[in-house]
Amino acid sequence: MAEEKERKGEKKYKYSVIVPTYNERLNIALIVYLIFKHLRDVDFEIIVVDDGSPDGTQEIVKQLQDLYGEDRILLRARAKKLGLGTAYIHGLKHATGDFVVIMDADLSHHPKYLPSFIKKQLETNASIVTGTRYVKGGGVHGWNLMRKLTSRGANVLAQTLLWPGVFDLTGSFRLYKKSVLEDVISSCVSKGYVFQMEMIVRATRKGYHIEEVPITFVDRVFGTSKLGGSEIVEYLKGLVYLLLTT
Amino acid sequence: MKHVVKILSLVAAVSAFWITLLQAAIVPQSFTWLLPIYFVVSLGCYGLLMVGIGIMQFPTCPQEAVLLNHDIAEAKDFLSTNGIDIGTY
Repeated sequence: MAEEKERKGEKKYKYSVIVPTYNERLNIALIVYLIFKHLRDVDFEIIVVDDGSPDGTQEIVKQLQDLYGEDRILLRARAKKLGLGTAYIHGLKHATGDFVVIMDADLSHHPKYLPSFIKKQLETNASIVTGTRYVKGGGVHGWNLMRKLTSRGANVLAQTLLWPGVFDLTGSFRLYKKSVLEDVISSCVSKGYVFQMEMIVRATRKGYHIEEVPITFVDRVFGTSKLGGSEIVEYLKGLVYLLLTT
Repeated sequence: MKHVVKILSLVAAVSAFWITLLQAAIVPQSFTWLLPIYFVVSLGCYGLLMVGIGIMQFPTCPQEAVLLNHDIAEAKDFLSTNGIDIGTY
């Protein structure tokens, strides 16, 4: 099979999937199963960056390594919670793929979209493929009206100020060419979802080719409102920062 | 070129146009003086309109929650028969 592909001139790429975790004991097992299910004919590795979860996430990862192989699942843990941006950088250091996928461990990002990310990239030779929840074919489940309002408002504001070239700025389900991720991440300094925005805005400014695919997002953190006044202030500060420095 | 420079040049160009309009007096000056306010208000209305449209057209996917539950059940099944300690979650 591999020889056929080489004769046809098709190159076989390897994909590194970085999954930062903190207390995702059950979800990490589910997500690993689903990734293997949906990437059957793909050469990939999963890099779990666990920030010292007290719930035993790392033990589960070791069990998964016994089941799937230590070459397919890499556990690159850290001592304590150190933030998402540095988790990506840490995972990136150990990635041996040509492409890097970043995704959340809580199953809000469904691995079934991975083939569409890969396909889109191969078709367009894009440097980045980002999942967007806000177009037809995509969607969100589990958000009340208030949450939708803040999301839409934030998006319109960011679009007007930043002209980012993508629909979904705060999404974090993305596929990058490894070299592109290394380049973009080195110039980002924000935290949280502003970090996700900063990544895509900086990539746009640097002229990287970005494509979008529709994804669905099932918010499983029911009942906890993550958007209070302080989050809104942080967001606005982040927007102004991006406006002035990108 | 930094983005903010682009925006500021745009603002500068529009301001220059506005000042020219004031001085040339092709249009009544009282009207021209109010133009910036009209502009800001229209921008605000446009923004609100976009937010409203966005909310009305907000794509939802309740069926995805159902599908996800199926996937979770399938995954739990596979994992427990293959020795992964799923536990009681």
